[in-house]
Amino acid sequence: MTSTPVAAELKSARFRREREADWRRLEGLLKRLETQPVSKLSDEDLIALPVLYRATLSALSVARETTLDKALLDYLEGLCTRAYFVVYGARPRLGHRLARFFATDWPAAARALWRETAVAGLLFALGAGIAVWLYGRDPDWFYAFMPGGMAQGRDPSATTEALRKVLYDGGAHNLLAIFATFLFTHNAQIAIFAFALGFAFGAPTALLLVTNGCGLGAMMALYAAHGLGFQLGGWLAIHGVTEIFATCLAGAAGFHIGWTLAFPGAKTRPEAMAAAGRRAATLMAGVVLMLAVAGALEGLGRQLITNDLARYGIALSSAGVWGYYLYVPRRPRTAKARP
Amino acid sequence: MTDYSRHLDQPTDAQRPLITPEGVDLRIQLGSASERATAFLIDAAMIIGIMIGLTVLCVLAMVAMTYAARAVGVQHAFDGDWASQLLVALWLLGFFLLRNGWFFGFELGPRAATPGKRIVGLQVAMRNGGRLSADALIARNTMREIEVFLPLTFLLMNAHTNVDGWIVLLGLLWSGIFALFPLFNRDRLRVGDLVAGTFVVQAPRRRLAVELTERRSALSPTFAFSPDQLDVYGVKELQVLEDVLRRNALAAQRVVADRIRGKIGWTPRPGESDGDFLDAYYAALRTRLESRLLLGKRRRDKHDKA
Repeated sequence: MTSTPVAAELKSARFRREREADWRRLEGLLKRLETQPVSKLSDEDLIALPVLYRATLSALSVARETTLDKALLDYLEGLCTRAYFVVYGARPRLGHRLARFFATDWPAAARALWRETAVAGLLFALGAGIAVWLYGRDPDWFYAFMPGGMAQGRDPSATTEALRKVLYDGGAHNLLAIFATFLFTHNAQIAIFAFALGFAFGAPTALLLVTNGCGLGAMMALYAAHGLGFQLGGWLAIHGVTEIFATCLAGAAGFHIGWTLAFPGAKTRPEAMAAAGRRAATLMAGVVLMLAVAGALEGLGRQLITNDLARYGIALSSAGVWGYYLYVPRRPRTAKARP
Repeated sequence: MTDYSRHLDQPTDAQRPLITPEGVDLRIQLGSASERATAFLIDAAMIIGIMIGLTVLCVLAMVAMTYAARAVGVQHAFDGDWASQLLVALWLLGFFLLRNGWFFGFELGPRAATPGKRIVGLQVAMRNGGRLSADALIARNTMREIEVFLPLTFLLMNAHTNVDGWIVLLGLLWSGIFALFPLFNRDRLRVGDLVAGTFVVQAPRRRLAVELTERRSALSPTFAFSPDQLDVYGVKELQVLEDVLRRNALAAQRVVADRIRGKIGWTPRPGESDGDFLDAYYAALRTRLESRLLLGKRRRDKHDKA
């Protein structure tokens, strides 16, 4: 202060001067916490943080009643809000979070959404069934389910030999990593899209599931007509078990939010939506991981393993692993540890 | 003076209570639709920029590898082998991660904001004041698929001739509901915010401004105001005056000073500057209003007779 006040000093100005240092210290701590992990802070600072936060918060409530300095009030409000989010928003470490996700959250979300998953699975099967039935009536239906680009020559006019070749041709072996990555990113993007579409009361998600099922059904009917049904089964199932399961889970996550939006139940709609959205999102994180596995199985495994029985073996074991992991209840370990 | 008061009168419908466990209301402000659109556009520009940069880098690396291979004379070693494969796979993954992970990753960080939001001064928070969890952020950001990419798909579909124009228009209208969702609800919630239980609030980084009453001119004894001269205004006018002083705009200060002098019947002394007069009047007015505030009387504005 360069000059001493002539008149009686303003009470609010003195109030501010006495606390200013604390506020600045809190501000400095917050700034450091934004760039470094909490563990970098000294013990002294860590202990000081909540104390400073409460002191500043109490200064804010006093200031609201005593000072008319708008800039000061704005500053304190901003500082308190930032500190509040740091003090009460502290999050567990990434490792803990991941462990929790794999140990409890993901399987719990899958179990909680079993009804939606069953509906999604039925819709997918329905699509496949429709396609098989229609193909039986008239093979030209194939073109309705499989646009030319997707079929890549695998259509009713192809010879049995050509169809068989697709199943066992390893493709360009040196492009497998690209193929696998492409499959993963493409499928994951579609799964995320299908999930988000669930918001429109689930209708577009249901359509997507049926359409996907139709594509699969049409392909199965085509190969079965050429006596290659068993071989195609292995070709599809090696990754399909994982991929179709993930697709149904994504559909289920979409249905969950769409259903909750329409019928929120006892809670208010925003509250119900928030709970449903977070549960569905946990499941979606799992879906993306499953699709990464499926991408690897399809892009690498299927091209390298051309034995039908080995393919079926992988398919069965993946079904077993996913089923066991997601649906067989485990004793919660955390509950036991608590006193 | 109304010009300057506009932004001080924060529209009250943008303020939301956030009561801390200590019982203090933090009175947070919602981010406005335009702020959020700006933040999103900045992020989108950054993502597209990085995508272009990544692509150029990949192409350059490919070209370099091909030349290197040719120079060494091992044509096949770098041709479609693991190195270029890895490059393409990384490029694909990079695109996927940028599109789906940019918002999630940054909002998971300690500032709970993407670079765009930081520039505009926004952050994501849970509507119930709780801690922001990863699942909420996944929910919030996967919904962008129907808010941004779905309308975009319909827009680009126009280029295809085989889709009926009416269907495209219908689709655009339908998906527009999702894109413009924030305009139709009180809390300016995106579809993603609704699904995740989050909202976007203002998180301005304010610096502690100077105490105006301790400036030298504010303490000058040459200015003495009578109680009558100070009872002309209330808190609202005081804060408008504070804003004018803090912004240090000379033209505005002249207008305001003349206005106040006229109102309180103050004859300027020779050599009296507008800034000094306003500083002194501000200090005197605040002292008066604050001492009445301590007695429990808050005079809201000049019309308040209390």
